[in-house]
Formats: sequence, structure tokens, C-alpha cells
Amino acid sequence: MNKKRSEDASIREDTSSVATNSETALRDKVRKTRGVVWRSLLVPLLATVTAFAIGGLVIIATDESVYEAFQDGIGRGIVQVFIVIGRAYGTFFTGAFGNPAQIVEALFSGNAAQIRRAVYPITETLRISTPYIFAGLAVALGFQGGLFNIGAEGQYFVGGLVCVFAGYSITGLPQIIHLPLALLAGVAGGALWGAIPGYLKGKTGAHEVITTIMMNYIAYRLAEFMLDVGGPMARGDGRPVSPEIQLSAYLPQFFPNRVDLRVNAGIFLALGVAWVVWWLLYRTTVGYEIRTVGKNPDAARYAGISVPRVMVITMALSGALAGLSAATDILGVLHFMPNSFFSGYGFDAIALALLGNSHPAGVVLASLLFGAIGAGARNMQGMAHVPIDITSILQGLIIVFIAAPAIIRALYRMREPEEDEELALARG
Amino acid sequence: MPPVLELKGITKRFPGVLANDHIDLRLEEGHVLSLLGENGAGKSTLMNILYGLYSQDEGDIYIRGENVAINTPNDAIRQGIGMVHQHFMLVPVLTVTENVMLGMESMKRAGFLDRETSANRIREISDRYGLEVDPDAVVEDLPVGIQQRVEIIKLLYRNADILILDEPTAVLTPQEVEGLFDVIHTLVALGKSVIFISHKLKEVLEISDRIVVLRRGRVVGSTTPVESDERDLATMMVGRDVILSVAKMPREPEAVVLNVRSLFVRGDQAKMAVNGISFEVRGGEILGVAGVQGNGQTELVEALTGLRAVEGGRIMIAGEDTTHASPRTITEVGTAHIPEDRQRDGLVLDYPVEDNMILNTYYLPPQAKGMVMQEAVIAERAENLVAEYDVRTPSISTPTGNLSGGNQQKVIVARELSRPVRLLIASQPTRGLDVGSIEYIHSQLVRKRDEGVAVFVISAELDEVMSLSDRIMVMFEGKIMGTVSAVGATKEELGLLMAGVAPETATMTS
Repeated sequence: MNKKRSEDASIREDTSSVATNSETALRDKVRKTRGVVWRSLLVPLLATVTAFAIGGLVIIATDESVYEAFQDGIGRGIVQVFIVIGRAYGTFFTGAFGNPAQIVEALFSGNAAQIRRAVYPITETLRISTPYIFAGLAVALGFQGGLFNIGAEGQYFVGGLVCVFAGYSITGLPQIIHLPLALLAGVAGGALWGAIPGYLKGKTGAHEVITTIMMNYIAYRLAEFMLDVGGPMARGDGRPVSPEIQLSAYLPQFFPNRVDLRVNAGIFLALGVAWVVWWLLYRTTVGYEIRTVGKNPDAARYAGISVPRVMVITMALSGALAGLSAATDILGVLHFMPNSFFSGYGFDAIALALLGNSHPAGVVLASLLFGAIGAGARNMQGMAHVPIDITSILQGLIIVFIAAPAIIRALYRMREPEEDEELALARG
Repeated sequence: MPPVLELKGITKRFPGVLANDHIDLRLEEGHVLSLLGENGAGKSTLMNILYGLYSQDEGDIYIRGENVAINTPNDAIRQGIGMVHQHFMLVPVLTVTENVMLGMESMKRAGFLDRETSANRIREISDRYGLEVDPDAVVEDLPVGIQQRVEIIKLLYRNADILILDEPTAVLTPQEVEGLFDVIHTLVALGKSVIFISHKLKEVLEISDRIVVLRRGRVVGSTTPVESDERDLATMMVGRDVILSVAKMPREPEAVVLNVRSLFVRGDQAKMAVNGISFEVRGGEILGVAGVQGNGQTELVEALTGLRAVEGGRIMIAGEDTTHASPRTITEVGTAHIPEDRQRDGLVLDYPVEDNMILNTYYLPPQAKGMVMQEAVIAERAENLVAEYDVRTPSISTPTGNLSGGNQQKVIVARELSRPVRLLIASQPTRGLDVGSIEYIHSQLVRKRDEGVAVFVISAELDEVMSLSDRIMVMFEGKIMGTVSAVGATKEELGLLMAGVAPETATMTS
């Protein structure tokens, strides 16, 4: 032991050896990180592929033309199967990403209208992805803090109400002030709605799953009360919707004069916020506290972290993100708030957080996938007459496979995630 | 007559590791064979092969001279081999009978469980081997020592002749260990054979007929208690000379650092667990707490470190009143805490080593500037600590849960001792660790004492308390039975105090 200590003294003096040490560690880290990234992408990827395969079977099984063709003969039937699948997923792909040939052609032609038409599907995918990213981040952040926020839906509604109020009631401000103000209003509404269950959990131990669900119902009724005909925030023209927001609160459009191209600056805001969430979680003391409470609340307490305080912060941040989801939808796309009972974002967000492994980058990828599925399925319905419900089936299947990775591993004969060699060594 | 069990040339490889390297082993009928080795020596791997959980890459197993293949635990049970795992495999809410029956239920007609027959058989076994287990008791109400006996009954119920006990004393109090040894004596007297796995030298010397020492997957020695002593075994086990007693020079204590006055703390059952105790610890001395577990030591430590509310009394650390202070405040006045349950309280097992090294200082400069964590600083600090405190880890980004218990504890020790502290509270600092790690952690505690830190050690191991401490305080039912100088203290004297017998002759020093 004493020998060891004297060695260490020399190590500390010999800074170069420390440097090499940390360099090796860094290289080691990079190599490991790559492995981890690949492994964490593989299951979601295979889950998606498998979901599409099974979704294909559903499409075939529900297509009458396939049955008719099989009555004419097995060969005809098989051909028809491929035609149906090809048409369905072909229209799905062009609906989500556009037709590559058309895009290239349009770009070469230089005709603005033609380009707009060609890139429309991608803009729709991005437009649908935007609120997904915020909502997914909301739930993912909760997961990181060990909290299951089922209340993103309610936080979306309250965030939306506050945001739209700031959007239509305040007049005479320049966009540079009004827009951030309206966004912040959405953040504040969501944060407040999230912080309440966080406080209840921290102070009394009331389980957040129960309280957030109940807060959802309160939010629905609140929105109903506010926006229903005759309600304090209703438009007053007999429709259960809020007034239009001021132009100064609009999120900038890429194609301001085209109503159909609805993609807006919200997507950049979403990507930026995803980065901020990553930075907050992994590079700041607040993130360290959130993750420590999430992984081991006893150790957090031991470390002097106030667990109730961190729970309130986590839920408030989570709610703030859900509120932003509503804000971008309202300020970027709808420009008013309708009184609809479900946006669905809050619940899809749970799926997104799971699919993205609660990591901001994963959530962004998952949201883009869900955006593509949404846009693709709409086109598939229009062009190939496949019911839009296929969206739910695909999303549902993906989540089942993510939640039960053993199915995917068995299907593709993957090995169990191997315990590191060092583990075998350490445990003997 | 062939031995009841013989292993020949057992070899098991894991990716990158040779866990068992041509191991030969003989167990005679009616004997206790001890397998001694540090964590990671290959004891558990070998026993898991014998129990059918792993299969060997090479080698043969002979039962009473017959070569047998053991591929599943069922094969092992059929061959009369039974194993009591370190962590019990019992259903807490079921009765003893139900737990024992589980997996081989006896039935009445129409598929009803025949508890009566099983219970009678358990009573019979219990009487025969002197186990004193009530078949109708619910397992979760039983103390750990009795739960272990239920596990033994499970094996006997299944007619096991060869009983493997994996680190059976790790979870027991000294008294329960004595009880277990009585049971083992009865078992072998009635013809059973026992494999006893441990890394505790004293126990192995006390109970064994033969001792086999493993190191890095190999048999490095086979001996008997008569032919060897603790020093021999320790040297064989670690592969070098080890210092078993704690080397420390006499030292004059300095000013009082921890001052506790008539402290009352409630336990989990609302009863007072700490009942109006007063004591002080001075800089440069080690005050050890001896006592059977569950006499208020845990609650006392939690109260001192701010993890449990204080009902009455006062705690002063380094001149500050910390009676109702938060854990953070207590840390900041200069308290280091090595917690009793290192995996629950002391570490985030999913975190890499480097993140655990900053668990309670993550927010302080230079680890953080404002709210931004300084990754490079944190990594460099971790590299230095890993080197300085001899933490055996592949890298600082390895998840801490992947390290052995000894190395996990070293992570905590490195973190707690590397910052300037006035008071060090170490609760069960060496529980479950191997000889090498124990030696190291003891030397670190003494080093801190020599630097003038007030050290407060709580341990269930009386030997540890006696060899580490300058003064020994004995706790019984939340009260201090007596405080004696470690010099000249005897086990008998302390044992009486631990049992709650008031001191007549004990020298009171505080």
C-alpha cells in the first residue's frame, strides 16, 4: 500500500503520464460511445422495420382486391399482393419524403411552384414532427428524473390556453417581442401545470402517474370552459374556438403566402430546444441532480440533493416542454386554439420517449419517424385508399417491439446485451 | 470408499477471463470443506458449475466415484446437491411450509395442497438437525438467521447430501454465526457433507475439516485448520503478505469535533431507536461503536448525517449546531460519510466511476463553474483518485455497478477522503469485502486519524472495532452501555456490554 501511495505521488508530479492516461480514457470513451450508439439504435431500427412488415400484412389482409385476385388463381393473388404493398408503401414514402425524381427535376427546372409541390411532403413531415419533438422531450426529461409524466396532454392544453391568450389579447407589440412573449406564456402555463404534480410528489409522495392523469382531466374541462361557445376565451361567433392570434405572434413561415405549406420556424426551435435539453441534462449541475434523483433517490439524498426540489424542477421543465409543444402548434400552424378534447400529443409523447430511449437525440429521431408516418399515412389514404388508422397500427407495433425488445432479439437471433468482460472479471 | 464428491480438472472460460483453471477438489463424506478466496477468485463460478447453472468447458464431476453430468439445477438436486445462495430465494409473504413445498408440492386429492404432511416433515427435519424452525411462521417475520435455516430445510427436504453454503455468514450477526456453526456440526455429524464458501479466515479455521484456497481461478493451496493459521491463509489468498492487525501509533487526541448531547432518534417503527445518548469524538482519535446490529447504530448515523430527523438533543460538528441541518450543510461543515449500504446510498450504480467521484461535490468549483459541469476537470480528478486509491476499474467511464464490492467501496472512500474533512463517519466500512480491500480501507481510516480527523466507526465485526479504535463505545437498545479504552479491552468484557449487562469493572473513560 505504501509503495502504491509513493507511486501515485510520482504520477501526480509527472503530468505527462496523467495526460496519456486521460487520452487513452478519452479514446476508450469514444470507442465505447460508438458501440453504445449503434446498439441503442439497432433495436428501434429493427422494431420499425418489423412493424412495417406486419403493417404490410394488415394492409394485404384488409384489401379486397387481394381476395378477388386469389380467387382467379394463386399466381394472380401473389402478384396482387405485391401490387397492393408496392402501391401502399410507395404512396406512403412519397407522402412522407416526396418523390426523389420529382424533387430533382423540380430543382433543375428552377420553377418555384414546381419546387414547392415537390418538397411539400417533406415540409408536412417536419410540420407534424415539430410538436412531437417538444412533447417527446417533455416525457423523456421526466423519465430521466425518474418521473412518469402522463400529464403532458394536460400541460399541452394549459400551455396552449395561456399561449393563445397572450397571442390574441396583447396588441400593438412588434413581432420580436410579442412572439417570444407568447412562447414564454405557453412555457409558463405548461410549467405550472407540471410543477403541481411535482410538488405533490415531492412533499407528500402522491404518485405522479395518478396526479398527472387527474390534472389532465382538469385541463380538459378548463379548456372546455374557456373555449366553449360563450366561454371567456371563445371567439364569440358561435364556434368553440379562441380568437385568431395577432400576426405579430406568428412563428415565421417558410412560405408565408402559401397556406398549404405549413412548415415554420418551430422546427428549428424544436431542434434547438432538444439540444438545450441535452446540454441541461448532461452538462449542468441541474441535469446531474435530475439524473441522480432519477437513478437513485437514496444516493441523491445522501449527496445532499433536495429530492422534492428536484422533483418540482423536473416536472416544471417537463410541463414547460409540453407547453411549448402547444405553443408552436398554435403560433406556427393553427393560429388559434380549438376546443378539442384530445390532441394526442401527450400520449404519443410517451411512445416517443420510449422509442428515443429518453435521450434528446433519440426523441428527435423518433419524432421525425412519427412525423413521416403521419404524413405518409395521409398520402397513403388519399392515393392508395389504405385507411389512415394504419398510422396507429404502425406506431402501436413499433412501441410494442420497443417495449418488449426480447421479441426483436428472438426474431433476429440477436444475443442478449452482453455483460462486459470486465464484469465477468470483477464478479468472478 | 470414494469421496462423496470429486471435481477433476474443471475449467471455465468467460470472454477474456479464465474463471476456473483445472480445478481439482475432493469432499469426503461427513466433512466440511471450505472454499476460501477473494471476490473474483472463481469460487462462485465453480459452485455454479456444480449446481448446474453454468456448464464447465473441461473437466469431470464424480459423485461417489461415478462420473455425472450436471446441466441444470434439477440434475444437481437429483444428485443430492443443494445450494444456499447468498441472497435467499424465499417468498417473504409465504409461510415456511409453503416456501419449502414450492416446486415440489405434495397434493391431496383434487389438487389441494397437503400442507399438513409437509409441515410435519419440516418439523421432523427441524428437530433432527436442531434447526428450531416453526413451519407455520411467515418468512418475512423471521430474522435473517432463521430464514437461512429455512433455506437449509429446503435442501434437506429435497434429500440433499451435499450442501453448498455460499458466503452464509455475510448476512449474520456474531451470535447467528455461532448458531449456524452448531447447525453445520449437527449436519455433518448426521452424515451430510458441506461446502462452505467464505473469505473470512477465522470462520474457515473454526468450521472446516479441509480448506481449499482459490486465487485467480486456480487452487493455490489445500490445507487443514491444524496445519495453518490466519496469516498463512491470508497470504495464500491474496498472494502476498498481508497485515491483519491494524498498524497504528499512539496519538494524543485533539479538540472535540463531534459532540452529541442526549440525542433521541426515532426508528422506522416509531419507537425510539436512539435513546438519549451523549458522546464526543475528538480530532485524531477513532471512536468505534460495537453492538449487535439493530441497537440504534444505523439510526444514530442517519441522524448525524442529516438523513433522519432528530427528536431531541443536540449535535455539534466542528462547533456548528447541525442537529436539524440538511445533509448538504453537514457535508459542507466537513463531514465525510461512508454509508452502511454502499449500493443504496453511497453510489449511483449506473453512473460511470467519474460521476460517482463527484456525487456530493458536483456543484462546487472546480467541478462546476456556475451551473456548467467541467468535464475535463471531473475526468482528471477521477483519473487521479482511481490511481491514488487503487480502484481497480478498466476506466473511469465504466459503470460503477460493474466493479467488485471492494472496488465500489474504494470509490466511496476515495470520494469521501479526498476532500478536506474534520469528521469521518464510517458505517460498516468493510462489510462483505475481501482481505486486501479491508486492509486498505483500514489503513486509510488510520491515515485520516493521524491527520487529525475525528473518526467515528460503526461495525458489526467486533474484531474490526477492537483493532481500529482508540476508544470503544458499546450500544445496546439505543443506549450507551459503556465506553472503554481499546487498549486492554477484552472480547468478554465487550461481549457482556453488547448483551446489555451493565458494567461493573469496565473502565469508564468518557
